[in-house]
Amino acid sequence: MTKKGRYGKYGGQYVSETLMSALIELESAYTNVSTDPQFASDLTALQAEYAGRETPLTFCPNASGKLGCKIYLKREDLVHGGSHKLNNTLGQALLAKRMGKKRLIAETGAGQHGVATAIVGAALGIPVEVYMGEVDMRRQALNVFRMELMGAKVIPVRCGTRTLKDAINEALRDWVANVRDTYYLIGSVVGPHPYPLMVRNFQSVIGREAREQVIRKERRLPDAVVACVGGGSNAIGIFYPFLSDDVELIGVEAGGKGINTGKHSATLCAGDAGVLHGTLSYLLQDEQGQVLPTHSISAGLDYPGVGPEHAMLKDNRRVTYAAVNDPEVLDAFRFLSRTEGIIPALESAHAVAYVMQNTERFDKDDIVIINLSGRGDKDVAEVAAMKVCA
Amino acid sequence: MGRIEEVLTGSKSPVFIGFTVAGDPDKTTCVRIARALIAGGTDILELGVPFSDPVADGPTIQKADERALGAKTTPATVFAIVREIRTESDVPIVLLTYYNIVYRRGIERFYREAHDAGVDGILIADMPVEESDEVCNIASRRDIAPIFLISQTTSDKRIKKIAAKARGYLYLVAVLGVTGVRDEVSGRAIDLLNRVRRHTSLPLAIGFGISTPEQAQIWARAGADGVIVGSAIVEIVERNLKDPDAMERELKEYVTDMKKALIRDHLP
Repeated sequence: MTKKGRYGKYGGQYVSETLMSALIELESAYTNVSTDPQFASDLTALQAEYAGRETPLTFCPNASGKLGCKIYLKREDLVHGGSHKLNNTLGQALLAKRMGKKRLIAETGAGQHGVATAIVGAALGIPVEVYMGEVDMRRQALNVFRMELMGAKVIPVRCGTRTLKDAINEALRDWVANVRDTYYLIGSVVGPHPYPLMVRNFQSVIGREAREQVIRKERRLPDAVVACVGGGSNAIGIFYPFLSDDVELIGVEAGGKGINTGKHSATLCAGDAGVLHGTLSYLLQDEQGQVLPTHSISAGLDYPGVGPEHAMLKDNRRVTYAAVNDPEVLDAFRFLSRTEGIIPALESAHAVAYVMQNTERFDKDDIVIINLSGRGDKDVAEVAAMKVCA
Repeated sequence: MGRIEEVLTGSKSPVFIGFTVAGDPDKTTCVRIARALIAGGTDILELGVPFSDPVADGPTIQKADERALGAKTTPATVFAIVREIRTESDVPIVLLTYYNIVYRRGIERFYREAHDAGVDGILIADMPVEESDEVCNIASRRDIAPIFLISQTTSDKRIKKIAAKARGYLYLVAVLGVTGVRDEVSGRAIDLLNRVRRHTSLPLAIGFGISTPEQAQIWARAGADGVIVGSAIVEIVERNLKDPDAMERELKEYVTDMKKALIRDHLP
């Protein structure tokens, strides 16, 4: 970060005046806890005893044989709740509690962040309300049920595209109206400073563990680390501890029906600089600066923006960003299920699909870590309905 | 002295600031709406630049943005509307926009075009003072007043920082929340007016949630220099989409009533 809340030229705090005091308060509270050993030990205890960390780095002999390189999966699908999202919600909910906030609000796309927020709300005794686009509620009905089962209120969003972008709009409107006692628990490395910084730090546990684990198992660093990118929290979480290493980092976006069709969510591959939801980053927008509708088979990647740190890492070429399309993602979903007995979330299947599509890039002895950011149970009904897995 | 300052210093009573979304429901009707607002006595005209994701706005203005975008309104359309109003009126015109629209067009270009069309002030809803250096420098070169929001949650320290950069008037946000008609005027908002007054001699206009003559009188008595009405105007537009003549009549009557309520000598 070059100056406060900036990643190169990206980042910043583009919010309405009413929210500035909340961001200033949040930044100061986060600065305090980030040097507080008690907070760190509270969080570590919850990660170990409640969330189930550390997660394994699983070697995949069958997939390795088929893809011609050594495939490891970082098993965030095994985190309590079924995805990496709990890493962030545990951290932020502990912070919210310290700040004396009485209510958590969140947005969700695939429902994984909503579920992870519902979990911490139940565990720490804070009421939770989750904004979710109507389209996503249909696509992810199981997660809606899970959230409600854990006591969260799910509020359907019926405006705009009725997906993640509009869920964030509604959550921001709620926050402006209830800013004094409400904590907005953002689920990705997006939004105004300090969210991208804070969420990245809470998610970096993924990369710290993976780096130690691979050195322990292979006595060397991996050749490549691959992760899917929507907002980009699982990707930055696993990339960040490898940034200074000689390791290729690859972020995989949702190519949807193909970038040339316009029906995709590949913000870094096909967008350009713009301001949405409080941050300057890459954005899918038209010539006039209106935000474009997006498409992805996976609700969790269906977002026209991306975290500002990814924007910087694209421009300075430290990370390679690519896109894979829906059919390839479904192939990967099926491939990993059959070869390894692990059903990936459709989001994470993008990272698997990238390696399947680019086998020529890797040699037999190359070590490739794929961040398996979530498990696919939530997607089974939707995929079954597509009748492509027969 | 600019048009905004002339109007504010020249008026003994609080001024009426009327808002409508530029291009809602289309360019031609929008110009008629502006004419009706001015004919009713609007002292300062605020035009919203439609945006796909207006997070500071409530459902009424969001729907107006959607109508305007549906009619293919672009910043070029907005400037054309301003030019058309300028051919017949010297009313100060302030644009309300979100930053991405300005950023995308290029800040320099947006402010040059705005100036050339006859815009007097620009408020960027998602641009806090901390991020505003570049925009304020360009605005000042183009002689456009940078207008800023101040909210109940704004600290005294930030009020000073904002007042130092703002020109024209300060836009005080009467409620915690997005734009939209409200029934009550909160005591906390009156406290805000008094608190800001201690830090600046800039005119103070108050908006968000104001719709009735009674509410306008409360603000006039409290010492506001202007009241801003947006959603109540857009609701009249929305109700009369099929009958532009009725829309014009109702808008003009509404503004006339609000203006009457604001005359200091008439206050009960």
